[in-house]
Amino acid sequence: MTVSADGKRADSGTPLLEVRDLVVHHGQLRAVDAVSLRVLPGEVYAIIGANGAGKSTLMRTIAGLHHPTSGSVLFDGTDVTGLRPERRAARGIVMVPEGRRLFGSLSVEENLKVGATYARQGPWTIEQVYEMFGWMRERRKQLTAQLSGGEQQTVALGRALVANPRVLLLDELSLGLAPVVVQRIYGMLPQILATGLTVLLVEQDVSQALRVASHIQCLLEGKTTLEGRPADVTADQVEAAYFGLAGAAPARPPGEGSEP
Amino acid sequence: MAWVNAIIQGVLIGGLYALFACGLSLMFGVMKVVNLAHGDLAVLAGYFAIGIIAVTHVPVLWSFVIVVPLMAVLGYVMQRTILQGALDRSVLTTLMVTFGLSVVIENGLLQFETANTRGIGVGLPLLTESFSVGSIQIAYLLVVIFATAVIVLLGLQYFLSRSKYGRLIRAVADDKEAAQLAGADYRHVFGIAAAIAFGTVALGGIAYGMYSQLSPTTGTDTILLFAFAAVVIGGLGSLWGTLLGGVVLGVAQQIGAQINLSDEILAGYIVFLAVLVLRPQGLISRGAQS
Repeated sequence: MTVSADGKRADSGTPLLEVRDLVVHHGQLRAVDAVSLRVLPGEVYAIIGANGAGKSTLMRTIAGLHHPTSGSVLFDGTDVTGLRPERRAARGIVMVPEGRRLFGSLSVEENLKVGATYARQGPWTIEQVYEMFGWMRERRKQLTAQLSGGEQQTVALGRALVANPRVLLLDELSLGLAPVVVQRIYGMLPQILATGLTVLLVEQDVSQALRVASHIQCLLEGKTTLEGRPADVTADQVEAAYFGLAGAAPARPPGEGSEP
Repeated sequence: MAWVNAIIQGVLIGGLYALFACGLSLMFGVMKVVNLAHGDLAVLAGYFAIGIIAVTHVPVLWSFVIVVPLMAVLGYVMQRTILQGALDRSVLTTLMVTFGLSVVIENGLLQFETANTRGIGVGLPLLTESFSVGSIQIAYLLVVIFATAVIVLLGLQYFLSRSKYGRLIRAVADDKEAAQLAGADYRHVFGIAAAIAFGTVALGGIAYGMYSQLSPTTGTDTILLFAFAAVVIGGLGSLWGTLLGGVVLGVAQQIGAQINLSDEILAGYIVFLAVLVLRPQGLISRGAQS
């Protein structure tokens, strides 16, 4: 069932996760505007875009935390648009939320235990997470507030993995982390994928996304502006899609920070 | 010796106040609900016990076994229905809903049980007696109530720190959205927290009926106020803080009564206000955690 990252992506393939014409409003604002996407099993699908492009809103809607105005979310062929977040998690849609959102008064191990409480059957256990991140075992009794940002992000990742997701949603993994830490966390991705997961991620750091993804989709003001395999899109195309203007664009996205 | 007596009596009565307070504190800590009907629920539980004893003639202790689980189930159901409905609107709505609930319970009891005060006969001869240490008389009943409070708090602490649902309660209190993403239905977890709160205050209500007298208004004019005072003095969100707060309140009241019998209640509230002014986070603060 796994399609390798460099394999042919046929549009007729059966997607594990599919979004159809999704429209999500934040009050009056049309945050996500008729976005569709098809994530094939085994893929690393990256949503890129600037601040306020609607990436996080899209992810939160897929996870069930926002209700769409119209459109639908399909998982493994069934419509999950009306399901609550916890029901989606039980089916295998698990998100690492933006800003990590660990349980601050719980220890590292307790955070993982909460993640494992309603876990599906699968390869990931707390022991498995400790195997992968050795330091975590030694510091399992610590409160997560005492960890560094990168360590917290790793615990958040571990908390999602022990639920044994079929599709893992990673929302702005790199936010507020040093580049070297981001590299290390993304470096774990192949190991995670090897257990049969599919990954849908949101990333503001375009070069990072292009490096890890098998498919990218760029959002601008809630609309899809570019879609394709990283190998098939040029830097100019990405730049134009990202900023919404062809050519003269700054080398870095302006105004780093969290989205509204 | 009279002062030592006041302190000992105050400490023991503090156990009863902790039973009033721990559920109030839990519901606020977990779902941010300030349950204004908390005291009335205690009184309701007391009247349930009176009714069950009158009808079935079971021993008094049996009334606990029946009423406490009954109130816990009521707590779960109420949380899943009207309290959750109010929470879905706003936290402010929960204030209005619990206030309304308080009025309904109080007037319902007035309607069906009259305004007369009612006591719950302890039944066991030993518990109506007291023992003396030197010149100080200590009622067995108060010692049993205090011990019950300590056991309840120990049990609650063990449940919250070690059990699956205890962990989920703490997780949901921290971040209910993140808990949802981990597959937890926070509404169910809220229901469990409410069941515990209703169960513990039922225990407090029956105990109060044995120690003193219940009337339909006892819930708002005594139990709720003492529970609030104990929670604030001890520190919001702290389990053992409710016992400390209850003890401080109890001691202040007994010392006030020692000075002048009519100053008993006033002295308790003076200490309550003093803590609010001088140490608003309470005696046991949870520190930087929110």
